[in-house]
Amino acid sequence: MHIFANPARFVRLANKILPWAIGVLALCLPYGLYLAIVASPPDYQQGDSVRIMYIHVPSAWMAMFTYMVMASASLAAIVWRHPLALIAGKAAAPIGATFTALALITGALWGKPMWGTYWVWDGRLTSVLILFFLYLGYMAIWQAMDDEETAGRAASILALVGVVNLPIIKFSVDWWNTLHQPASVIRLDGPTIHADLLGPLLWMAVAMKAYFIIVFLWRMKLEINKRKLAVLQMSVVNAHG
Amino acid sequence: MTNISVSSVFWSLIKRDIKLAWSQGGAAGMTLGFFLIAVTLFPLGIGPEASTLARIGPGTIWVISLLACLLSLDRLFQADFEDGSLDDLAFSPLSLELIVTAKAIAHWIATILPVILISPLLAALLNMPNLGYKMLILSLLIGTPALSFVGSIGAALTVALRRGGVLLTLLVLPLYIPTLIFGVGAVEAAISLTDPFPHLALTGAVSMISLIISPLASAAAIRLALE
Repeated sequence: MHIFANPARFVRLANKILPWAIGVLALCLPYGLYLAIVASPPDYQQGDSVRIMYIHVPSAWMAMFTYMVMASASLAAIVWRHPLALIAGKAAAPIGATFTALALITGALWGKPMWGTYWVWDGRLTSVLILFFLYLGYMAIWQAMDDEETAGRAASILALVGVVNLPIIKFSVDWWNTLHQPASVIRLDGPTIHADLLGPLLWMAVAMKAYFIIVFLWRMKLEINKRKLAVLQMSVVNAHG
Repeated sequence: MTNISVSSVFWSLIKRDIKLAWSQGGAAGMTLGFFLIAVTLFPLGIGPEASTLARIGPGTIWVISLLACLLSLDRLFQADFEDGSLDDLAFSPLSLELIVTAKAIAHWIATILPVILISPLLAALLNMPNLGYKMLILSLLIGTPALSFVGSIGAALTVALRRGGVLLTLLVLPLYIPTLIFGVGAVEAAISLTDPFPHLALTGAVSMISLIISPLASAAAIRLALE
């Protein structure tokens, strides 16, 4: 893993991945949206409002996935002091917070026609809201401390503590039998969702994953460049000092 | 020096922190005062109607205990950090994990326990049904250690910050939610004559998980600040 400790090597790798990820996004997002909005049939019970699912479910998956990326980066930062890990965590957090907010907002908009209310305090909704707060807390620590290294490692500790929330989100629908429905795609006995609905869902999921990879790598490159710039500025100041 | 046993340092650290919390300038008395006044505000804000108060009683007491705990947490490590005694402690035979555990235990005994002891009185002011009293005290006793332990993580992370209090709130409150849900659930179950044990067991589980995780996380955060 320390092969990528060299930022220059990482940037080279990122530049190789980025065109592919952009290509996948350019392909999957329009096609996924076409399937989701135009081509797929309306649900026999939910009508057209089922189409919210094609945004809601992939966003929720990405909210969890991004937290796992952030937590893994935090672990690498604390245990192995991997030089790029802090940058990776910092880059992932706002993306994850956005996906979480998107999942919460689309969920509320979907809940109004289906459940008759924008919000209920059931286990899934509450634990995802906590996930959102954890992202905010992580970013707040980065903001609050002047020294990047200290701030990053303090934020990493919080990110690792917050990992206990992930299994709670995953299993909340089994533990509390309230409004939010249980898993219907990722389950041991195969998906229970109809194939007509599963297709566009998976296209959208791939599109969002590609979007994450693109923005994540962009943000990491940006951060690396920022630090290069800071070092250059310091050396200029010192040279003329 | 090497003859000093780990357990004697551990207990004397707890005793010292309790004494400091109750001496002049300590947070324990003020926290208790905050708890009393904040709970009193609810009947004034919502109206003195007995049935409404009875409905919100358990939740109010739990929420205010949570806030009272939060209020006293920002100085948990900060005073020792500022005057350098935390550096001294770091060189004692005690590991940093045990030091933060001792300080969290002392915080619970000095600051939270008085709040729990006085809570039945406030529950009476809020007209809580008689069925709930035993469970209120029990759920607070079982649940609030999680508040001190999880809170110690936030206190350790913000120890070097001048205005750490607000950030501490943002970090810690989300992690308090499970304790609040299960703790209030137990009291409500007792009042509605259903089985409070599942809620109580979950409250205890949260406390035990926090007892395991928080010393590791707090010690890591303190190490970061002492570097």
